[in-house]
Order: sequence, then C-alpha cells, then structure tokens
Amino acid sequence: MKTMQTKLLMKFFIASEAIFFISLIISYIYYRHLSDVISITDNHLDATSTGIFTVFLLASSGTIWWGRRGLHQGKPKTLALGLAITIVLGAIFLYGQGREYAHLIQDDITIDRNIFGSAFFTLTGFHALHVLTGLVILCIILGLTLAGDYQGTDSAGVASAEIYWHFVDAVWIIVFTVIYLIPLL
Amino acid sequence: MNKLITIPEAEKGLPSVRTDLGLLQWISSVDHKQLGIMYLLTALLFFVAGGTEVMLMRIQLMVPNNTFLSPEAYNQLFTMHGTTMIFLVLMPTLIGLGVYMVPLMIGANDMAFPRLNAFSLWMTLFGGLILYFSFLDGGAPNAGWFNYVPLSNSNFSSSKGVDYYCIGLILTGIGTVTGALNFVVTILTMRAPGMKMTYMPIFVWMMLITAFLILGAFPALNAGLSMLLIDRQLHAHFFSPSSGSPILWQHLFWAFGHPEVYILALPPFGILSEVVPVFSRQPIFGYRFLVGSGIAIALLAFGVWAHHMFATGLGNPVNGFFALGSVLIGIPTGIKVFSWALTMYGGSIRFNTAMLFATSFIVEFTIGGLSGMSFALVPLDWQLTDTYYVVAHIHYVFLGGTLYSVFAGLFYWFPKITGRKLSEKLGRIFFGMFFVGFNLTFILQHILGVLGMTRRVYTYPDLPHFGALNMASSIGAFLMGASMLVLFWNIWTSLRKGEKAGDNPWNAWTLEWYTSSPPDPKNFEAVPPVRSARPLWDMKHPENPDWKHHH
Repeated sequence: MKTMQTKLLMKFFIASEAIFFISLIISYIYYRHLSDVISITDNHLDATSTGIFTVFLLASSGTIWWGRRGLHQGKPKTLALGLAITIVLGAIFLYGQGREYAHLIQDDITIDRNIFGSAFFTLTGFHALHVLTGLVILCIILGLTLAGDYQGTDSAGVASAEIYWHFVDAVWIIVFTVIYLIPLL
Repeated sequence: MNKLITIPEAEKGLPSVRTDLGLLQWISSVDHKQLGIMYLLTALLFFVAGGTEVMLMRIQLMVPNNTFLSPEAYNQLFTMHGTTMIFLVLMPTLIGLGVYMVPLMIGANDMAFPRLNAFSLWMTLFGGLILYFSFLDGGAPNAGWFNYVPLSNSNFSSSKGVDYYCIGLILTGIGTVTGALNFVVTILTMRAPGMKMTYMPIFVWMMLITAFLILGAFPALNAGLSMLLIDRQLHAHFFSPSSGSPILWQHLFWAFGHPEVYILALPPFGILSEVVPVFSRQPIFGYRFLVGSGIAIALLAFGVWAHHMFATGLGNPVNGFFALGSVLIGIPTGIKVFSWALTMYGGSIRFNTAMLFATSFIVEFTIGGLSGMSFALVPLDWQLTDTYYVVAHIHYVFLGGTLYSVFAGLFYWFPKITGRKLSEKLGRIFFGMFFVGFNLTFILQHILGVLGMTRRVYTYPDLPHFGALNMASSIGAFLMGASMLVLFWNIWTSLRKGEKAGDNPWNAWTLEWYTSSPPDPKNFEAVPPVRSARPLWDMKHPENPDWKHHH
C-alpha cells in the first residue's frame, strides 16, 4: 500500500513538474521566433560535447533500473552498485553542463547578456537543479542501502526515486532536442 | 426526540495548548485535524491583515480628492489586499477545510502523507509571512495582485516588494502543490471499503478535481515568478519590452490565474452540495451531473485564460476563440445552479445560518457569473476592463461565491470540529449584516464601473454620483467589517458556552458525522458499510436504503 501510494505521489508530482518545464520550454521556443537573437547566439553552443554528456545521463536511467531490479530479486548489493554507477553518471553529466556554462561565459554570454542567455541558463539551470536534487536523493538512498535498510524486495523510496530520475532524464531529451538539435536541422 | 439523553463529551478530543507540551504538540503535529485547524487559523490571521488593508482603502475612497492615503501607500494596500485574500485567505481556508474533512468524509484516519501535510501548511504560512516581511524591508509589492510587467520590472518597481511577492508566492505555491498531491493520493487510495468513486461526497469530488487544477495551474505561475525574479535579480531579459516579451508574463500568469478562479470555486460548489441537501432533507439532485459539470469546468478552465487579455490586442481570431470558451463555462456552472435549486424543490427546508448563506450563494454567485459573462464578450470587455465593474465582478465571485460557501461550511461543520454549535441568533445577525453590507458595497461598484471609474487609482475627481456611490460603498464595507466582529464573537462564545452538538447534530448522511464531535485523535475504529453516497441514511433506514433505488 505505502509503495503504491508513494509511487502514485511521485507520478503526479512529476506530471506537475512537467508542466513547469513545458512552460519554460514553450517560452524558449517563443523567444526564438520572436527575434533572431537566439538563432544567432546559439552558434556558441557545443552540440557534440553536450551530446556525449547526454549519453552519460541516458545511460544512468538504465543503471538505476538495473539496480532497482536487483532489489526486486533480493540483491541489495546490486542495488548499491546500480545506485553508485547512476550517481557517477549523473555527476559526469553535471560536469558537462558546467563545462558548457564555462565555455559560454568565456564568450561573454551570460544570463544578462541577451534573451538567449536568459532563456538558456534558466531552462538548463532548472534542469541541472533537478539533476542535483536527484543526486542528493540517490546519495541518501545509497547510504541507506549500505546501512542495510532495504531488506525486502520492494521499497517506496527506491521506486519513487527511480521514477523521478527517469523524469529528469526524459526532460533533458526534450530540452536537448529543442535547444541543440532543432537549430541544426 | 428524547430530550433526556445528555450528549457525552468526546473521550479525548484534540490536545489542549494549555498543557505543558500543548503548543509544541500542535507545532509538531501531523494529524490532519490539527493541521486543518491550523490552516484555518493561518487564513484567519491573514484575513485580519487583508481586511484591515481594504478598510484603509475604503476610508480613502469615501470622498473625492481625499488625501488620507498617499498614492504609494494605496498601491501597496490594493496589491497586498488582493494577493493576501486569494493566496493566503481563500486558498488556505478551502484547503484547510479539505484537510480536516476529506479523510473524515471518506472514512480514513488521516491523509496519505501526514508529514507532507504538515510541510504544506508550514510552507503556506511561512510564504505568507515572507510576503508580509516586505512591509519592514522597504515596502510591500505595489504592482497589483497580477503584477503585470513592465510595471513590476526593477526599473519601474525599484523597492524589494515585488521580489518578496515572487519568493513568498513560490513558497506558498510549493505548499499548495504538495497539499494537492496529498489530496489526490488520499482520495484515490484511502476510501473506506465499499466507497466507490461514485459514492464519494461531492465535496470530496470537488477537492479531487481542484487538486488536479492546482497540479496543472501552479507550475505555470511558478515558471513566471521564477522568470520575473531572475529578471529583477540577475538582470535577465524575459519580460523586458525591448529585448524580451511583456505579454508572455500575462500568458503565464493567466494560464495559472484562470484555473485559480475555479480552484476557489469548485470546493465551494462541493460545500454547497453538502449543505443544501442536508438542510433540504432530500438527497442531492443530479449527483452525476454535478460531478460531470465539475470535471467539464476544470477542463474548460485551462482554455479560457486569454479572456483576461482582450485589451492587449491579440487579434480577432484569438479573441473569438477565448470568448467562446469562456461563454461555454456558463453551461456546466448553470447545471450546478439547477442541481441545487432542484435539490431544494419540494424539500422541507431549514433556513438556519448555514442554509441562509448557501441559498444566498446561489443568487450572489449567479450575479457574479452573469457579470463574468459580460467580460467574455469582447466589445463589452473593452469598455469595462480595468474599471470598478471588474472589482464588483471579482468580489461577487470570491465573496458572494467562495466566502458565502465558507461561512455556510463553517456553520455546518463547526459542531464537528469543536463539539459545539455556533449560536443561531448571532449567526442570523451576522448573516443579515454581511448580506446587506456586501451587496451595498459591490452592487454600486458595477454602476461606478459603467460610469468609467478606473480601478487601482488612489482617488477620483468630484464627478456626478462618484462621491455618493463611493460613500455608500464604503458604508457597506464597514457594515461587513462590523459583521465580522459579530462572527468572531460568536465563535469565541460558542467555543465556551455553545450548545453541545453530539455526533450528528444535523442528522446528516456522510461519514464525518459518524464519529464523535470533535473526533478522537484516531477518527474511526470502524466505519459502517458504504453502499451509496449516503451511508448514514442507509444505516438508519434499513427498510429503505439508497442503494436499493440505484443500479
């Protein structure tokens, strides 16, 4: 019952969060059509490098699924390993985001430079904040796993953390498509 | 009725704040009943603040060319009045009633996530306190409750007020969203055995639909508030007229703001659907139509936001689309009015205070709905927008609608929450004063709006009728203010000396009346079988239960 309730809570929560991101994504698209500023400035983005870091984030969805399946099969060690790999992959993605930010700031593109800076840093920044939140959650769950908290085959915390992490991943696919891929078409 | 039976007090009730750990126990509580009461007290705190603000404004507007308030002070007062009443009074009141009543009405012992429930309350309270802290830090927000850019950009609103507005509303918004999540999971998973969705009390249905509206609407507001705060603090360009788009703020705000109207209207529809049948002694007429029209309103609510923006020049195709959607909302709303009227038809109606407010709601809310229709019609909107006609309309909806229903619900559920009835005598005096005061204040503002008096201007020239109408409007406002003192006195004395209520003073039919008044910390040891929408009727009338007549 509790696992079912918590998973339901997390699903409705991410549905609500999705509307938050949709608001920001629609705003980004709207601003790109409003003036040429975004289509001129987004040449500074490094789609190749970010694309590679995107692969790390996508892979982390697989590793957390693998870890949670381990718990299902009564193997908390697999869960711990899956979580650890997921955390490393998520951290690598955030490092990639940091590199992109540093690179843009070197080109003097900041949040107050023009509407591209405002929309880009806000949208990707809120996503990165969600990734960071996810990493904190996963670290807590990893700690609890190592402390031997998860003895059964199912856990409300693990299940809902996995749902959240997949959501963060899915949002990035859309954000990456809108900001990086569509301009290349 | 056997008058010899003395009604026993509830065995335990809720802990008193007078004991050693009392206050700490309340602050750390995760019990839905205590949290519900604290929600209502939060709303009361801000109601006093928001009410004081508007009284100062009505003093200023009593006579033409008045200088009682400076323009700067007036701007802060009307902004804080609107923001307070919507976000910190009406929402916490409705959510608080829901937090208290929904678990009881579905036969559960608490919400699905009690700690999250406490989190929601404290976020709401602290968000509100942060908003009010702005008064101490250079001035309150002063760009109106919908805070249009570019007026709210930093170059035109240089005090920190708008920053407090953004942060305060984001925080209360988080509390509201988590509260909505809790309602959804609670209602979907914790109903008593046998209670199908179609057996739920309509108030529970309306809280469920409202929760979905919150989950859909608040993210748009939070996105807009975040962008505005980033504009102001980090000098981004989102809403800059030269390098961004001011109109986007209006889209984001009203994509939230119009569903918000129904967030404040659907729970009242639910309260009406509990109060009207009980005091008409008849089952609700058209249960499925009431639920279905509630869902229809919720869906339409997301497609009508631009009717707040007809004056911005969106073009005729867009205006026409949103005008049509807005007019359509009149249909499901009308269905509800007919449902309540037909529930009363042929019943033996008890006109106590709760029912007086409920029946007046039907009339006042219909007036508010009709004046709303005039804003759905684009040419009329162009003429009337930003006049006192809007002020009259919004108050007929939020006072004549939402607040009337809150008072109906208060008189109806007060015995359950406290174990004692409110005084009927004082209740009737309160109703009379409030009814006269409310209509005097706001019906005249329709006329002022048509005459062309613009809202949000701190004073007005001495034009024909302006002075007299405003004076009468102010007198009505003071009558309403005085009526609130009668209500507070009623609550204060009834808590101590009110007539003992017993478990089910109104002979009502939903599960909250099955447990003691006030309920013990654990709501139910057992609940009766639920085989219809009126389980207590079925229990008392085994020869003629509701479930025999349906399906």
